[in-house]
Amino acid sequence: MTPVADLRDERLRTAWRVLDDVLDPEVPAVSVCDLGIVRDIRVRDAADGGGVEVVLTPTYSGCPATEVIEAAVVAALVAAGFGPVQVRLQRAPAWSSDWISEAGRRKLREYGIAPPGECAPDGARPIRLVGIRQPAPAIACPRCGDTRTERLSAFGSTACKALYRCLACREPFEYFKPI
Amino acid sequence: MTTASIQLVRAPRVDYLLRLGDTCLILSHRLSEWCGHAPILEEDIAMTNTALDLVGQARAVLTHAGTIEGRGHDEDQLAFLRDERDYLNPTLVELPRGDFAFTVVRNAMVSTFLKLLWSRLRSSCDSELAGIAEKALKEARYHQTHAFEWVVRLGDGTDESNRRCREALADLWRFMPEWFEDDEVDRVVRAEGFGPAWSELEPAWRDEMQGLLAEAGLAEPAGVAFRSTGRTGVHSEHMGYLLATMQTLPRSFPGGVW
Repeated sequence: MTPVADLRDERLRTAWRVLDDVLDPEVPAVSVCDLGIVRDIRVRDAADGGGVEVVLTPTYSGCPATEVIEAAVVAALVAAGFGPVQVRLQRAPAWSSDWISEAGRRKLREYGIAPPGECAPDGARPIRLVGIRQPAPAIACPRCGDTRTERLSAFGSTACKALYRCLACREPFEYFKPI
Repeated sequence: MTTASIQLVRAPRVDYLLRLGDTCLILSHRLSEWCGHAPILEEDIAMTNTALDLVGQARAVLTHAGTIEGRGHDEDQLAFLRDERDYLNPTLVELPRGDFAFTVVRNAMVSTFLKLLWSRLRSSCDSELAGIAEKALKEARYHQTHAFEWVVRLGDGTDESNRRCREALADLWRFMPEWFEDDEVDRVVRAEGFGPAWSELEPAWRDEMQGLLAEAGLAEPAGVAFRSTGRTGVHSEHMGYLLATMQTLPRSFPGGVW
């Protein structure tokens, strides 16, 4: 590997580390990298104007945090000397909660949010007839681990969460919706 | 009203996107009216969260419509600075929010339609539209599940909740044929591979709705001769009031930000 390529790889690793410290504004226990919304980082050579390009994917179409995240990503990379920073939003492939890392799932649980279950393959989720009256899959309480829990509300304090209650320890908790 | 309306250069693809984007935008506005008024807190949150997803979808679709129109109109101008006749949502979504049964029955009808449409739009020849659809499809599925749960709960609930569902269905069902009667816009975009003619979605829509109604103990209302015309820009008497509420702030304070 040429010294130039070495240097670029080093800068790339540093950029990923910088973004691993940028927290989601609505779930400040996990970073934007943990959530899997940073799809790519490209370090540009000085000949191409320098700086970096970051590809982000939004979690929900109307998520008000998207613009805050964009600004935080730019600010963090500029502060780390990576400017100029360009952010590109990419919708396809659509973000899936399956992209949340193992570390992210652990941090969510420690924060009191049950991490999402695995996403059903595309279109396979039963929507009608069979789906309507079936009990939801068991979600483990992030506090005591008991799977005897019930859904209180399909929607929660942010677009990405639902509200549950543990029937063992009686504590309410949030569940990161699988999508 | 202090800001002049924008004038659009109409083309089949622009109209097609406005029909979709305006459906999301106007239903989002109606659902946002439940904020602070829903029968229980959980549903207050559900309606406003659904409204948030829909307004996010509307933003993406209207932005794209502006790009295709090619006159530099952005999402805000398209959302807030058009005259009533330039909104192309089907009449159904502009009807006043009614009671909770009316809201969940309409949500079931619209989310089923949107789910089917987004699903087809994933293979649009327009990659931007396909990307928007892939994202929105996941959200529409969740909306549909939620609406279906409520229609079953209310339809198969008490005499009172069943009666309200029946009345909602009777009020709403006659606004649906408009969605499935193609015109030149549908024919052109279909031929170009931009998106399906809306009529193509009717068999699957009917099938899913009939399954829901059977489960909820509700009968499908009979067909009627009445045709609404929102998709061509000729709206009900409710649309002007809705737009007045929706547009007053951006028109009174042009370019205002939080």
